[in-house]
Amino acid sequence: MIELSGVSKTFTLHNQAGAVIEVLSDVSLSVRPGECVALTGPSGAGKSTLMRMIYGNYLARSGEIRIGGTELRGAEPRKIIALRRETLGYVSQFLRVVPRVPTVEVVAEPLRALGVSAEEATARAEALLTRLNIPQGLWPLSPTTFSGGEQQRVNIARGFAHAYPALLLDEPTASLDPANREVVLTLVEEAKARGAAIVGIFHDAAARARLCDREIDMGRFAPARAA
Amino acid sequence: MSDAPLLSVRGVAKRYGLHMGCEDVSFDLHPGEVLGVVGESGSGKSTLLNCLAGHLPPDAGQVIFDTRADGPRDTVKMSEPERRMLGRTDWAFVHQHARDGLRMGVSAGGNVGERLMAVGARHYGDIRGQAVDWLERVEIDAGRVDDRPTAFSGGMQQRLQIARNLVTGPRLAFMDEPTGGLDVSVQARLLDLLRGLVRDMGLAAIIVTHDLAVVRLLADRLMVMKDGRVVEAGLTDQVLDDPQHAYSQLLVSSVLQV
Repeated sequence: MIELSGVSKTFTLHNQAGAVIEVLSDVSLSVRPGECVALTGPSGAGKSTLMRMIYGNYLARSGEIRIGGTELRGAEPRKIIALRRETLGYVSQFLRVVPRVPTVEVVAEPLRALGVSAEEATARAEALLTRLNIPQGLWPLSPTTFSGGEQQRVNIARGFAHAYPALLLDEPTASLDPANREVVLTLVEEAKARGAAIVGIFHDAAARARLCDREIDMGRFAPARAA
Repeated sequence: MSDAPLLSVRGVAKRYGLHMGCEDVSFDLHPGEVLGVVGESGSGKSTLLNCLAGHLPPDAGQVIFDTRADGPRDTVKMSEPERRMLGRTDWAFVHQHARDGLRMGVSAGGNVGERLMAVGARHYGDIRGQAVDWLERVEIDAGRVDDRPTAFSGGMQQRLQIARNLVTGPRLAFMDEPTGGLDVSVQARLLDLLRGLVRDMGLAAIIVTHDLAVVRLLADRLMVMKDGRVVEAGLTDQVLDDPQHAYSQLLVSSVLQV
């Protein structure tokens, strides 16, 4: 479902003397439906960079990134948008929303974009918010003023609203209490069971052990540093 | 997803004497797509928008619009009445200053109804009914339908301008700094409104702005302009998070963090 071959990434900082930072080289990775793969390595190893490249948020310098048969590199923006709408979900660490939009609409939005009716999308959003223990009194409010943990759970609810065949999870359990952590782990297990291909970053070793079929040490993709 | 572009822009250029307004701009816009055009003042983004919308004659290039009646037509070569008709029906233009896009001496309902009458609506009750419906969609109290826009706040005037433009169900909207000059809280409300309208009406839009936060929330795609040329184009979040061109990097890194 998620196929990477020979992917590399460099950042060229034109306004800082044209400094070129090599982050990853020759990444190859294949994730099958129903499989969960963890990216591991210390901060700065390029875990998030790789996730962002798979999402089309960062441009790869070379190589191929295919999601469900669609090549990302060189794809028209609208192809990537369609892929994100239908196939590829991403739970980032940060919630980014239009201010003033109620939480329940933020969560329902991915379904509305797929043409699901307002009633059905709202019902699904409410069910997820309930599972993730977001108090009903908060649903009509914008999540911009919520606590970090609440925002993270809203973000997770949004990411799981549609049954994406491919999912990227960036530390989905990072700032959650044990009860909510358990809910999120169960959601991920359910996604695996329905056949989603998942790539995740989990600093939580127990979560990793429970969810992931394989671990990929990002250290092996570190570019050779010129001395 | 339709594969035929709604708008095909090819090699559009506009010069002011020796000074370049915009040069060699080409892109396709598909139904329902929102394109953001960013760049600093003088980068040519407003000139480009005015050339595309038929407000300025470009010196070179084609602006091909997929018309309902006759399919793709180069609007640059259309007769003035034909282009005006497009401007009243399938195209919308939202000015930065609402008073440039409104008739200030006419009531709010009249402002919305006028555009309907321009496309042949004659039944007073229907026109008024639609005007009231649109005022409510842009969150203006129906009780204000007979008030003139001079009695409205800046944010309300901007919403009225949007209602006036969208009442005829256009397929393409040109927007020049639609949230410029408004309070931040009013901006947020307008962004929310625009996003809903774009989604529900399947509207394609070209939004010119210098506000990167606005395009991040509204635009699917981005073009970065400098000195009249497009220096970078791509998916909005990719251009903002991983800009490739030196100027885009400078633009993105110059935004103050709140």
